[in-house]
Amino acid sequence: MATTLDVNGKPVTVKAAPETPLLWVLRDEIGLTGPKFGCGIAQCGACTVLADGQPIRSCSMPISGLAGVKITTVESLGGNSALQQAWVKNDVPQCGYCQSGQLMSATALLAAKPKPTDEDIDAAMDGNICRCGAYQRIRAAIKDAAGMTPAAPAKA
Amino acid sequence: MNAPVNPENLKSGATRRELVVGTALVGGALLVGCSPGDLLSIGAKTDFGAFGPFIKIGADGVVTVVSKHIEFGQGNHAGLAAIAAEELDANWSTLKVEQAPAIAKVYANLKMGVQGTGGSSAIANSWTQLRQAGASARAMFVEAASNKWNLPAGEITVKDGVVGHPSGKSATFAELLPDAAKVTPPKEPKLKDPKTFTLIGTDRVRRKDAQAKSDGTARFTQDVHLPNMLTAMVAHAPRFGATVASFDATEAKKVAGVVDVFQIPSGVAVVAENTYAARMGREALKVTWDESKAEKRGSKELTAAYTGWAAGKGALPEKTAWQGFETKGDFAQAPKGELFEATYDFPFLAHATMEPMNCVAEVSAGKAKLTFGSQIPTVDQLNTAKIVGMLPGAVEIETLFAGGSFGRRANFQSDYAAECVQIAKKVGKGRPVKLVWTREDDMTAGYFRPLTHHNVKVVIGADGYPVAWRHRIVTQTLMKGSPIPSKGLDETTVEGAKGSPYLKAIPIVDGQALLPDVGVPVLWWRSVGATHTAFVMEHTIDQLARKAGKDPIAYRLALYDKAGATRHTAVLKLAAEKAGYDQPATAGWTRGVAVHECFGTVVAQIAEVKLVDGAPKVGRVVTAVDCGVAISPDQIAAQMEGGTCYGLSAAMFGQITLNNGVVEQTNFDTYRVLRNSEAPHVETYILPSGEAPSGIGEPGVPVIGPAVANAILAINGQATHSLPIVKA
Repeated sequence: MATTLDVNGKPVTVKAAPETPLLWVLRDEIGLTGPKFGCGIAQCGACTVLADGQPIRSCSMPISGLAGVKITTVESLGGNSALQQAWVKNDVPQCGYCQSGQLMSATALLAAKPKPTDEDIDAAMDGNICRCGAYQRIRAAIKDAAGMTPAAPAKA
Repeated sequence: MNAPVNPENLKSGATRRELVVGTALVGGALLVGCSPGDLLSIGAKTDFGAFGPFIKIGADGVVTVVSKHIEFGQGNHAGLAAIAAEELDANWSTLKVEQAPAIAKVYANLKMGVQGTGGSSAIANSWTQLRQAGASARAMFVEAASNKWNLPAGEITVKDGVVGHPSGKSATFAELLPDAAKVTPPKEPKLKDPKTFTLIGTDRVRRKDAQAKSDGTARFTQDVHLPNMLTAMVAHAPRFGATVASFDATEAKKVAGVVDVFQIPSGVAVVAENTYAARMGREALKVTWDESKAEKRGSKELTAAYTGWAAGKGALPEKTAWQGFETKGDFAQAPKGELFEATYDFPFLAHATMEPMNCVAEVSAGKAKLTFGSQIPTVDQLNTAKIVGMLPGAVEIETLFAGGSFGRRANFQSDYAAECVQIAKKVGKGRPVKLVWTREDDMTAGYFRPLTHHNVKVVIGADGYPVAWRHRIVTQTLMKGSPIPSKGLDETTVEGAKGSPYLKAIPIVDGQALLPDVGVPVLWWRSVGATHTAFVMEHTIDQLARKAGKDPIAYRLALYDKAGATRHTAVLKLAAEKAGYDQPATAGWTRGVAVHECFGTVVAQIAEVKLVDGAPKVGRVVTAVDCGVAISPDQIAAQMEGGTCYGLSAAMFGQITLNNGVVEQTNFDTYRVLRNSEAPHVETYILPSGEAPSGIGEPGVPVIGPAVANAILAINGQATHSLPIVKA
């Protein structure tokens, strides 16, 4: 049975079974490998994409529930969004595996709260694990992209 | 090397007999401790361009630095490239970094003897090598210009990839490339005086991969998709040491997309057309396990046994004995004084990289190619060669970015890579197979930081300082299965206690380790021995300072002075100065101090901590670091920030427990890790140094745990005797 999804602004018809999690359809069938597999149970956020602008964990979201929903992945940000520029400027990534998910959560955050407080960042970003511990720079880059005064660089 | 066979005869087209001989010989070479680089490289391509194996320059003049070290977050690609670029005076903004193929002969880690990354050695072992490579290429451009312009080489300058002369003559690398490539490289290129560095040590040395890792295009093993590729998952035994008794694949084979199900040495493989099908196929698979040889002890039993042995209760396990690691004087004859006794327990820890282990392999007659995050390519070649029956050097490895390692991917058995090769061999015909481990596979597969027990007895002198120190460590060796048999004690189990400046300052020391055989696979875990020894040394010293009624920094400085530990003194003083230690801490927060040397780098931290509902919250962490010449201050800071989070995550929450031999944590819902709101704010201050650079990937990890425990001690007088601090 074919399912039609709206991915990054384009209709895509896929043949995966309806119960298949969105992540595997994006990665294996559509070829969008920005969203990553990290835990499979919506605990780590590496697979985060937006559904009608809201962050969802695509590893745990069957495609059957996504008809008519606008799905956007890191690929849709274009590589040069304010957040992505801030990510590069602050040298946020280390291993980089979680960063697509981090960026999608941050994108949803800034869309809802253009000048987020630290508490807003805590709430929006705590679902995204970074084992390299780039958290401090993720926070700084979000504030940077939001045009807020970033923390002083932690350097001698 | 006493090789009985001429390696020249063992080309990639070798006969079967030669292959067998070659493999045996390579094993033998490792066993007798020879540098196996040459033998291991037989069959590999070794044609490099004019500038050697580390530097490529394109017709457009763009310089590419070839990294022999994998990049899995530690920022070494930036640092390595900067070393070569500095001496070459290349244009840094257009410079690229490329991952080296697996050729031990040219890309060996000079501290390991084989190609591999570990022990925070990437920069340290490459420092001179890449300076020479850059200087050599620079000299070739200078000579080419000198010849072309008929001007003395000594008057020619190079800046940002442009060769020039005060007369106004100027040419880009691109313009001079055809001539420069013909120049014979100098035997001993002249290196710069570090005082004249213009790139190294500046904030221009930033990551080269930040863009690709921010737009989803960075390629990880998980992202590899090759034509006709199959995806595999493996059903593993629930207990370590169990084997397949039988399996029923009837239901698994009914799952749409499942191609085949078969047994391999590590379990039962399900091979499918895509990841989801492989996963569903494995769920439908029924396996019966033979657990007759399985490890059935749990964490509680192991902790109780270790505690008893360290306290001198009960017979030691067969074939084990206490092995000394620091012995000075006779503890039994120690002068009388107040006795301080403490024990410390550390759980098993999973590395829990963001990218679960995975690998892509293609195997056909006479060909094997692996595409993955290979941390020790030479060992991965060797293990692959044994499975497929070919020369290790002929095993091709394309190393990709890895989504973290923290030690997990440096494995003597190449466990998951070997598993993928087994499957690809069975599939055959060179058909690509991607092995995917789920988080549950990854977390329960072992290769943990070992469960460890310390027992410390200190006799305190009248001045409040220790006069005698007895230290017992019970843990597992990390060298089991190593191709190089360890002589004497496995030092990775005691490093950090062994070599501690405190022990140097104490007249009587009796340090001993006991390494029982336990059937749980264990491995290095970012900062290795220091993951437990730093905690024990630093937390014990703080308790002793408190008993003596002395300031913990002053107490440490007095011991460093006795030990001649000038680098420890310098970083601690720097941290104290930057933290404003002579002034009170931020209102509502309490300071904890710790200092540790790890892989040649000394780190001091002063952490501000408060208890919220009984659990520690860490705020400002002032960090001072001495890592020799600072190549990339930005990446040093990044590693201090990230290392602190990794160490804090373990100290606060990290634990793998075994119940009757079964791992109880399977995913991030039960293996709690640090999240963004729990991350401290780390300030990094680098001690100026002209010494050769030491490592930075690991030394930031082990200091925060004891710093937090020391702050808790200052808050409520409670010492921390077991980790994690936050009990589940």
